[in-house]
Amino acid sequence: MNTVQPSLDFDALKEVQGVMGADFPLLVESFFNDSVNLLIVMQKSIDESDVESLRQAAHSFKGSAGNMSAITLAALCQDLEGLAFSGTTVGGGQLITQIVAEYKQVKAALEDI
Amino acid sequence: METPVLVSELSVADGLSVSTAKILIADDSNTDRLLLKTILIKQGHEVVVASDGHEAIEVFREARPDVVLLDALMPKMDGFEAAEKIRQLAGEVFVPIIFLTSLQSTDSLVRCLDAGGDDFLPKPYNSVILQAKLTAFIRMAEMHRTMQSQRDLIVAHNDRLLREQEIAKRVFDKVAHSGCLDADNIQYSLSPIAIFNGDVALAGVSPSGNLMVLLGDFTGHGLDAAIGAMPLAQTFYSMLEKGFSLQDILREINEKLHDILPIDVFCCAVVADIDFNNSVMQVWNGGLPDCVLYRALDSTVIPLKSQHIPFGIRDSDSFDDSVDTFEIQVDDRLFLWSDGIHEATNSDSEMFGEERLFGVFEENTKPEQLFDEINEALADFLSDKTISDDVSIVEVRAVSPGDFRTSQSGFIGSKQAGPRDWTLKYELRPETLSNFDPLPMLLHILIQVPYLRNFGGQIFTVLTELYTNALEHGVLQLDSSLKDSPVGFDEYYQLREQRLLQLQEGAIEIQFHYKGTDNGGNLKIIIEDSGDGFDYKQFDGDLHNNVRYSGRGINLLRSICDSIEYSGRGNIVRASFLWGDSQ
Repeated sequence: MNTVQPSLDFDALKEVQGVMGADFPLLVESFFNDSVNLLIVMQKSIDESDVESLRQAAHSFKGSAGNMSAITLAALCQDLEGLAFSGTTVGGGQLITQIVAEYKQVKAALEDI
Repeated sequence: METPVLVSELSVADGLSVSTAKILIADDSNTDRLLLKTILIKQGHEVVVASDGHEAIEVFREARPDVVLLDALMPKMDGFEAAEKIRQLAGEVFVPIIFLTSLQSTDSLVRCLDAGGDDFLPKPYNSVILQAKLTAFIRMAEMHRTMQSQRDLIVAHNDRLLREQEIAKRVFDKVAHSGCLDADNIQYSLSPIAIFNGDVALAGVSPSGNLMVLLGDFTGHGLDAAIGAMPLAQTFYSMLEKGFSLQDILREINEKLHDILPIDVFCCAVVADIDFNNSVMQVWNGGLPDCVLYRALDSTVIPLKSQHIPFGIRDSDSFDDSVDTFEIQVDDRLFLWSDGIHEATNSDSEMFGEERLFGVFEENTKPEQLFDEINEALADFLSDKTISDDVSIVEVRAVSPGDFRTSQSGFIGSKQAGPRDWTLKYELRPETLSNFDPLPMLLHILIQVPYLRNFGGQIFTVLTELYTNALEHGVLQLDSSLKDSPVGFDEYYQLREQRLLQLQEGAIEIQFHYKGTDNGGNLKIIIEDSGDGFDYKQFDGDLHNNVRYSGRGINLLRSICDSIEYSGRGNIVRASFLWGDSQ
């Protein structure tokens, strides 16, 4: 698998680690749990063409991904949020696939720390 | 061993304590909430959390946080709705609401503001930006709190002030516009512009039947102007009741106000002492504009000019209690006013002024309408009733002694108690005679006999008359026939003053002999002076002429006393009163 750009902004992540200290693993665990839930919600929203639900989940995922310094993941979520904001879920499936792939890389990178 | 505390540590700690607060985070993302909470706790804040809009409102209600950080998009209730509810709950308290958002469209940001948001914090979080925003908002909230508590304090103070003024005004009106202002021969009008009027009008009757009137105008308006009215009125009435002379009362009022009042508060006043029995009026004017004595006989207007510094400015040593003395006739009118009438200003910023005021007197044809005409002229001039100061006018008409009536209540006492059988002998020598008035003290002794209180006025009249005769004709050897002409009248009082000051020898002895029973009693007053006396035998006949001026008031005394006898060379006089079963 080729990574075009680093999945994590390590400088930013260092700051987060600094803030969290010993609680950093807790934050990572929380992010993993949130992400799994949000991925399920997003997939379900696309299946049911629920624009508002998709928008909310994508928005939320974008926020937490950003806070975890996962800039590529956050950018993909923003694309999905933008799609839902334009009033459709069509084309969302393709983005979900990309988001899932990116999330796996982020997860792996975070687990390495 | 103590650890030294570094100043820099102290200031850092103080700085932190100033800008920390209780903060509510409402965000559905556990990750973001955890991160933000950790950042805030590290910065020293207390944190409460909620994961949706409903919960945010509940937590707000219970924890009452100082600042709210609100995610815009949340399940159940979004941040916009929650912000509106929280604003309502906060009421008057300013709770900064900062939206946590990565919303990008301008429309969404506008919605945040419309919902009551004060600012935005973008994700991903930057702890430096977060701290800067929080510090600013916490400071703003503190200022808001300070401002509100000061506003509340001002409102509370103002309410209290108004309440106190209301109570004080009721007391003030009783004190300051009291006495016998309701007598038949007195008219007055006082119009206040503030809750308090700086003007005071007092009128009372002395034990000898003199009417004393005071019109005072304290500097300023409101409470500070009115506060001096209390000691003024109290001094005036209590000394008047005890029979003190005008000069003594003036001195005491001045001393009291001088001692009590702050340096910039004083009282311009005019005081008139009208002796209806002897047709004499004494006036002291300190700082008020010219008042007026209106002569009924020829319609002339005699200005009563201010010759003195107002009350409360000078100490006793430099206070001038000299008065102007006027002979008065029945129906002469005394007009007293404060500068309010001169300074009354109409809508064209013109003042009523002295010219218009005296113009009323020039145009007047019926003296009894003067008082109304002055008020009408003022009302016409002002038309829209904008009065710029306190306008106070008092008119006193001179009447014959028999016509002077007031509702001022006399003394009432039990007839059984008090001293029954006693004698008092009191000798006054030159130094005392020249600067002490013994009459109030003597009257005070006499009214210890309850029954005598009912006749205090008459006894005081007799005592005054006899003492004045002994002093003026006996010791000072003044010729009462001088008083027959107005010029001589003035000369008489000048001579009296002069001789009193230079008095080296002479004496007056006063004796009281009192014997009371259950239902009556008798009082004998004996006054002996060191003078040459007079040929009292000539007055045994029927002599009504000039009783008032040169007859030593003997007829008046005879009408009050049961007997008046002169003896010696005319320098000893005995007056007796008998009542009840002693008659």
